[in-house]
Amino acid sequence: MLAALIIVFREVLEAGLIIGVVLAASRGVHGRNGAVALGVLAGIAGSIIVAVFASGISNAFDGRGQEIFVAAILLFAVIMLGWHVAWMAHHAREMTQQLRQLGSDVSAGRQSLFALGAAVAVAVMREGSEVVLFMTGILMQGKDNGFELLIGSGIGLMLGAVVSMVLYFGLAAIPIKQMFTVTGVLITLLAAGLAASAVKQLSNAGLLNVFDSTVWDSSSILSEDSWPGRVLSILVGYMDRPTGMQLIAYVATAAAIFFMSYILRAPAKPVGQRA
Amino acid sequence: MSISRFARAVRRSSFSSVLLGSVLAGGVMGGALVAQAEDTHEVEISIKDHKFEPDALKLPVGKPIKITVKNLDATPEEFESHDLGFEKIIAGNSSAIIRVKPLKPGTYIFFGEFHQDSALGHVVAE
Repeated sequence: MLAALIIVFREVLEAGLIIGVVLAASRGVHGRNGAVALGVLAGIAGSIIVAVFASGISNAFDGRGQEIFVAAILLFAVIMLGWHVAWMAHHAREMTQQLRQLGSDVSAGRQSLFALGAAVAVAVMREGSEVVLFMTGILMQGKDNGFELLIGSGIGLMLGAVVSMVLYFGLAAIPIKQMFTVTGVLITLLAAGLAASAVKQLSNAGLLNVFDSTVWDSSSILSEDSWPGRVLSILVGYMDRPTGMQLIAYVATAAAIFFMSYILRAPAKPVGQRA
Repeated sequence: MSISRFARAVRRSSFSSVLLGSVLAGGVMGGALVAQAEDTHEVEISIKDHKFEPDALKLPVGKPIKITVKNLDATPEEFESHDLGFEKIIAGNSSAIIRVKPLKPGTYIFFGEFHQDSALGHVVAE
C-alpha cells in the first residue's frame, strides 16, 4: 500500500506543484479558476487517452515515440508558461493596483488564460497517464491486496493535492507587490527546467547528441531521486547530472523569458504613447 | 538589427509576438538533430512476473547501447534507471527500445518503478 501511495503521490506532486505555482502567478486574473479547472479536466481526459495508446505511442518513430511525445508536450508547456510570464509582466502594474484597491478579481484581460489552462492540461496529462497505467495495472492483476493498493493510490493522490495547496497558499501569502515578481521568476525557472528535461528526452531518443556528456554529478550531494531533489527539480529545474545541452536549454529558455518579460514589462505610460 | 531596435519593434507589435519568441527559443533546442551512431551494441531484457530476465548484464564500455525490453506481463511497467538516465513506460505485452549513451566502466542499477520490490537489475560496464 505504501509503495502505491508513494508512486501516485510522486506523479500527482509533479503536476500539482506546477498547478500551485501557476495559480499563484495568476492571482487576480478574472476567470483563472475556470481555466485551471478546465485544464485539469482536459488533462485527466488526455491521460486516459495517452494511457490507452501507450503502446502505440511508444512504438512510433522506430521506438522513439514516447520520448518525442513527451518532449513535444514539455516544449508546448514551456511556450505556454513563457507566454503567461510575459503577459503577467505586461499587466503587473494595473493588476497590482486593482488587487490592492478592490481586493478582488480584476478583469485586466484574459489572453493568458488559454496559456494557463493549456500548461495545466499538459502537466496533468503527462503525469496522469502514468497514474492511470499504474492503477489499471493494479486492477488487472486482481490480487488480494488490489483494494489496499487502490486505497494507497487514493491517499497518494490526496496528499499530492494537499502539498500543492500548501505551496499555493504559501505563495499567495507573499505581499502583492512582490508576489508577481516571485511567481514570475519561479515560473521562468520551472519552464527552463521543463526545457532541459525535453532535451533529455530527445537525447534519450538518440535525436540530439550535441554536447551530450555530463557536465557535473552532484547526485551524491543532492540526488534528484530524493524528495528535496525531486521538489527542486520540478520547481527550479534542479539536475544532478546535467548534460551540456541541458544546461544550454535551461539558460536559453530562462534568458528568453526574462528578455521577453523585460521588453513587455508594464510601461510607465500605455504602450504606443511613447515619444 | 540592434537589440534596442528589436526591443522597440517587439514592444510596438502585438502580444502574440511573445509566442513567436518562445517558438524561436524552442527552435534553438530542436535545431541540432543528429543521427544515431552506427556501432551500436544491442541487448534484450524481458520482464516476466515483474522480474527482469536477465537481471544482471555485462555491457561494453564506450559503445552506444540499444536495449530492447519485452514486457511479457499483462500489466504495464515503468522501466527506469537514474544511473543510466532514462525512464520509460512499457505497456503490458509489448516491447520498447531504450537507447543508452556510451558508458564509462562501473555498475549501473535499473528497476521497474511499478514493482520495485521484485523488478530490480544492474548493468556492469567493462
